[in-house]
Amino acid sequence: MKYESQRVAMPYFIFALILFAGQILFGLILGLQYVVGDFLFPEIPFNVARMVHTNLLIVWLLFGFMGATYYLVPEEAQTELHSPLLAKILFWVFAAAGTLTILGYLFVDYATLADVTMNKLLPTMGREFLEQPTITKIGIAVVVVAFLYNIGMTALKGRKTVVNIVLMTGLVGLAVLWLFSFYNPGNLTQDKYFWWFVVHLWVEGVWELIMGAILAYVLIKLTGVDREVIEKWLYVIIAMALITGIIGTGHHFFWIGPPDYWLWLGSVFSALEPLPFFMMVLFAFNMINRRRRNHPNKAAMLWAMGTSVMAFLGAGVWGFLHTLAPVNYYTHGSQITAAHGHMAFYGAYVMIVLTIISYAMPIMRGRPYGNSNTAQILEMWGFWLMTIAMVFITLFLTGAGILQIWLQRIPESGEALSFMATQDNISLFYWMRLVAGCFFMAGLLVYFGSFFIKGQASPAEEVRGPAIDNP
Amino acid sequence: MAERFTKSMARNIYLGGSAFFVLLFLALTFDTQVRAMPERDNRDQLTEQVVRGKHLWEENNCVGCHSLMGEGAYFAPELANVFDRRGGGDSEVFKSYLKAWMNAMPTNVPGRRQMPDFGLTDEEIEDLAAFLEWTSKIDDNNWPPNIEG
Repeated sequence: MKYESQRVAMPYFIFALILFAGQILFGLILGLQYVVGDFLFPEIPFNVARMVHTNLLIVWLLFGFMGATYYLVPEEAQTELHSPLLAKILFWVFAAAGTLTILGYLFVDYATLADVTMNKLLPTMGREFLEQPTITKIGIAVVVVAFLYNIGMTALKGRKTVVNIVLMTGLVGLAVLWLFSFYNPGNLTQDKYFWWFVVHLWVEGVWELIMGAILAYVLIKLTGVDREVIEKWLYVIIAMALITGIIGTGHHFFWIGPPDYWLWLGSVFSALEPLPFFMMVLFAFNMINRRRRNHPNKAAMLWAMGTSVMAFLGAGVWGFLHTLAPVNYYTHGSQITAAHGHMAFYGAYVMIVLTIISYAMPIMRGRPYGNSNTAQILEMWGFWLMTIAMVFITLFLTGAGILQIWLQRIPESGEALSFMATQDNISLFYWMRLVAGCFFMAGLLVYFGSFFIKGQASPAEEVRGPAIDNP
Repeated sequence: MAERFTKSMARNIYLGGSAFFVLLFLALTFDTQVRAMPERDNRDQLTEQVVRGKHLWEENNCVGCHSLMGEGAYFAPELANVFDRRGGGDSEVFKSYLKAWMNAMPTNVPGRRQMPDFGLTDEEIEDLAAFLEWTSKIDDNNWPPNIEG
């Protein structure tokens, strides 16, 4: 760690991981409710547990992105953070607001929550992923703006690297698009159309810039490959992400009202959306093959490779599976969507945050070359358990989805099974998904365990040879 | 990548490409929202009652279990076509169906998925029915494939 103020990232990472554990716990509750319908009813109905599960994910990823930003921007800019105090204050504000919101979901009836937070004044609640009370949404906006000010001032006074510029662009995009969460017209089709400006343009747009920048930073640090090479890759990847992903929003416009030219536009452009993720795989493996040194933090290297591969599988391959309009006509809103959502979020965004944590946490804890060998082995066990569990969760949900479509969607009206009858028929897959979910939780606990092992790695063997700028 | 493909070329593709597609997306959004949607979302029938129903839908977090036009959770049935499925396309039939349904919740059948009792008044249930009826009439390129949603 070159600058003392990078250390403000630490509470962000720790709190992110605590929320991650909460997210998985509620995931298990949901998985059980899928097969034992009245589990925890009426104390925690499904909709409440789901809201907690998805909102915890969003909030902890934001904590992770902020932690990553506080860690890497000062080092890239070669200057101390503009205001470490502001970063600490924002941490507590955001943590308090997030915790209160989750407790509100759990202990207050949702309609009452809407009432006491005066949703009537500016109704924004009750839409998928945007369930937060309006006051929380305003709080998120304020925190993000203050955060961007702090980071912006830091980046501007120091060295302007491509990693910093791309990361800032992604974060500013995140903030600007968040404003659409306040737009909730009475016309459902308009509401849905602009709802995707937040949801799609975040995860299939600006978040890819954030992911690309973090991955590029970690690869520079781990491989010692020339910055020029890495920056060129980063530009190509984010170019592909935005060129395909912006019009690719159209794959959400097939069945919610917009005109039918979106069937073509959405299909063609979103079919190309796997490209940036495929390039990230090539990027990560190429840089690692051409590494100029053997960094002793093998665990961080594993996460960096893992995130590129799993993002490509989850976002790229599983996205492509159901993105063409004639296919999506049958798969839309089925368990196929759930399968894709799980692996895409895990592969792209959970794993990139765990990548930077794996790299930066040991350094902030005074272990500049990484954790001890034992700790790294345990961390890698956590990696494999969680990743393989997620592969199986995805496969079982895909199986459930295919059967659901076969029973409920393909037959003519009158012959098709009803939704609930179909759910009964595919419950075996939900049971298997739940078992895989338990393995994921086990993996998470192993991963947490790795943080409690003392000791550190010794210095690298250093230079392996010059990076050759040919394929 | 060969040397002749430089970093500044990559940056120009990024800047030019994203600027072009942002503008194209804005133009398409303008066309969709201003020209096309009024003909497809029957907004002339978007009454005060429908808007009240939409807010009830939101304030009770219905989308936390159900999907609406395929979006939402997948724990409970699709409701964009429930007007046709359970009401047979008739407003009065659908209203009385929805009242009977809402008042019968939760079923408390052991092991079955449970829908909470939201304590809505008859008038509120009619608002909700109006919202779901209006939603069922949006031109959604003929989705879902059959009545089961």
